[in-house]
Amino acid sequence: MTTAQLELQDVKISIDGLPLVEIDCTISGGEILTVMGPSGSGKSSLLAYIAGFLPPVFESTGKVCIDGNDLSDVPAQKRSIGLLFQDPMLFPHLSVAGNLRFGISSREKNKNKIIETGLKDFQLAGFEDRDPQTLSGGQKSRVALLRLLLSKPIAVLLDEPFAKLDTALRREQRKTVFDNLRNAKLPTVLVTHDHEDAEAAGGTVIELV
Amino acid sequence: MLRWASLTFVLLLAVPVLLGTAISILPAFGYLPALGGNQLSLAPWLDLISVPGLTHSLSISLIAGIVTPLISLIFVFLFLASASGSKLDNWIRRLVSPLLSLPHAAAAFGLAFLIAPSGLLSRWISPGISGWERPPDLLIVNDTWGLSLLLGLIVKEIPFLLLMSLAALGQVNPAERVSMARSLGYSPTISWLKTVAPGLYPLIRLPLFAIIVFSSATVDVALILGPNLPPTLSVMILNWFNDPDLSYRFLAAAAALLQLAVSLSAIGIWIVLEKFTAYLWHRWLNAGNRSSGEILLYTIGRFGMPLVLLITAASLVALSINSFSGVWRFPASIPSSWTVQHWANAIPELLIPLTNTLFISLIATASAIVLVLSTLEYEHQQGKKSTMAIWLLYLPLLIPQVVFLFGLVVLSELLQWQANLALVIFGHLLFVLPYVFLSLSGAYRHLDPRWIQVASTLGASRSKSFFKIRIPLLLAPCLTAIALGMAISISLFLPTQLLGAGRITTITTEAIAMSSGGSRNQIAVWAIVQLLLPMLGFVAALYIPRILWRSRTGMKEIQ
Repeated sequence: MTTAQLELQDVKISIDGLPLVEIDCTISGGEILTVMGPSGSGKSSLLAYIAGFLPPVFESTGKVCIDGNDLSDVPAQKRSIGLLFQDPMLFPHLSVAGNLRFGISSREKNKNKIIETGLKDFQLAGFEDRDPQTLSGGQKSRVALLRLLLSKPIAVLLDEPFAKLDTALRREQRKTVFDNLRNAKLPTVLVTHDHEDAEAAGGTVIELV
Repeated sequence: MLRWASLTFVLLLAVPVLLGTAISILPAFGYLPALGGNQLSLAPWLDLISVPGLTHSLSISLIAGIVTPLISLIFVFLFLASASGSKLDNWIRRLVSPLLSLPHAAAAFGLAFLIAPSGLLSRWISPGISGWERPPDLLIVNDTWGLSLLLGLIVKEIPFLLLMSLAALGQVNPAERVSMARSLGYSPTISWLKTVAPGLYPLIRLPLFAIIVFSSATVDVALILGPNLPPTLSVMILNWFNDPDLSYRFLAAAAALLQLAVSLSAIGIWIVLEKFTAYLWHRWLNAGNRSSGEILLYTIGRFGMPLVLLITAASLVALSINSFSGVWRFPASIPSSWTVQHWANAIPELLIPLTNTLFISLIATASAIVLVLSTLEYEHQQGKKSTMAIWLLYLPLLIPQVVFLFGLVVLSELLQWQANLALVIFGHLLFVLPYVFLSLSGAYRHLDPRWIQVASTLGASRSKSFFKIRIPLLLAPCLTAIALGMAISISLFLPTQLLGAGRITTITTEAIAMSSGGSRNQIAVWAIVQLLLPMLGFVAALYIPRILWRSRTGMKEIQ
């Protein structure tokens, strides 16, 4: 797996001329940058900007680069930037395996094998044909993470991914996500309300106002 | 590609309707070279003025155009005010879509069989209550003043207005408004009328205008229930248009223009009524009375809507009995013998019209759904609501059909196009398109944007996201839109009749052609076939997703 570096160069996002977010930083592979701030401070807009689907009502300047390549004109689906929301967002019309297969590159040969191994690694062996809705909260979150990893992103965005989990599960899921992202050496941007998230992430913390 | 499709959408709605309307003006002033009309003249208008009974026809069209929306509005608002959140409310909400899918013609036939002097109602009260031993000599159906026409229109427009109101209600937070007013001491029905109604009304104004235009210019319902001598203006236009003596075309064109004026006047009168009502409402609000009138308004609201349902249900019973009745003497309330002969006789004649009906509705609806989905997807990819004005969608519903279809026929004759199936399908598309768009756009725009965002961060191309994620997630609303589109197409009469030059027959055109001279039993069979087709579509739209997603419990929450 290649390790990449995510750069946010002089990024400024504003709406109706009012500045929302200003950020300029570099996140190296395996590092987790935490962005904190109250609702409406533009945290989610920042993620949408990096992922490539900021609605046109926002104005933005600056650029997002991965390993020096400017992504400004690259559409979201070609950026290879993975994203986790606070809901697992498992496609309800697909099975667990269908969800995982959706993210795997079409060039990959043995998809079933990849899925089988992945599920086993995530303590979900034999879950291929399950209806995602019948999974527990923790299982759903793990499938969502596995789906993201199997799509082989080169950077990851986390949009309050643990906010809807209860305390015990949150700790466990946080560890799973962070460990996996660090192991894969992925540069990560985490947006959260929760100071524990920021501490566990262990990287730079930026507070938006 | 998508941009092109969404442009086509706009052009498709605007150009034929406006062009058709504009072109119908020419022959109205004597210009139609194909028929030897080479110079402008006022002759068609002089002919029109001298038509006997014209004033009477005009008044009926105008009255129908104002009374239908007025009574429908009163019933719908009082129902919502008195029944919101009740069991009755839930029950009626479920019935709205099937009721809406009931074709105008089938509903009108059913009503005719219910209220005619020898109809079901008269048999039920005879001879016990009425003392009638033979059908009374009363002109109930086709009455001179169009009362049965009004009833037929009201019974059909109420479900339409109710559906439009229910769709718009979400935007005005009715529950919050009502509890606020309740906490200030207003009684429930009054609370709704004083706080929700003023917010809801502006949102259903366009559908109301569509009802005004439809009621003032309807052809199919008027052919079945409307007065005969003289008929409504719209029926006169059709008769002149179909006259073997082609010189009547000039008269028909002038009358079509007059029809446009009548429908627009009805809208004008409605706007004046609006101003007046707004003034009264304002005074009523300021007066601050909390419960006077509650009982009366509540009663009308609670009983009005079930009454409408009861009339519709009884009409369907009347149709069913008539389609199987053998010997049935007056005043027996049910036939003394039953037969399947009417059905057996109809089957060979049904085949061609049935094939045409299905073919036309399938192609028109398929084209509509492709255009609507492309437009919505383009709008989504652009990241902003399309600039297409909502009134543009309503354009084919705001100009009387008979007016712009007349112009389109004249145009196709000028271009020497033969009347053909393609032309008919195109005509149907004009009416199917707005309904498919109105039905699908809400669900499309409200789908959680994160689904597509997740799909694209997983590397899915736009088309993969669209076909593999969006369409499956929106399958149920898509199928409902398709069922509605097909229902609209199946029920259309005038576009088939005019653009097909009477040579392309559908279930609807054949059923309506029987209204003069067909036997009741025969008509009942055709009307039932006409109403079963859309019903089957809605049943399919309801059950296909349930069967497909039976082991995908999460799909229930999406819908």
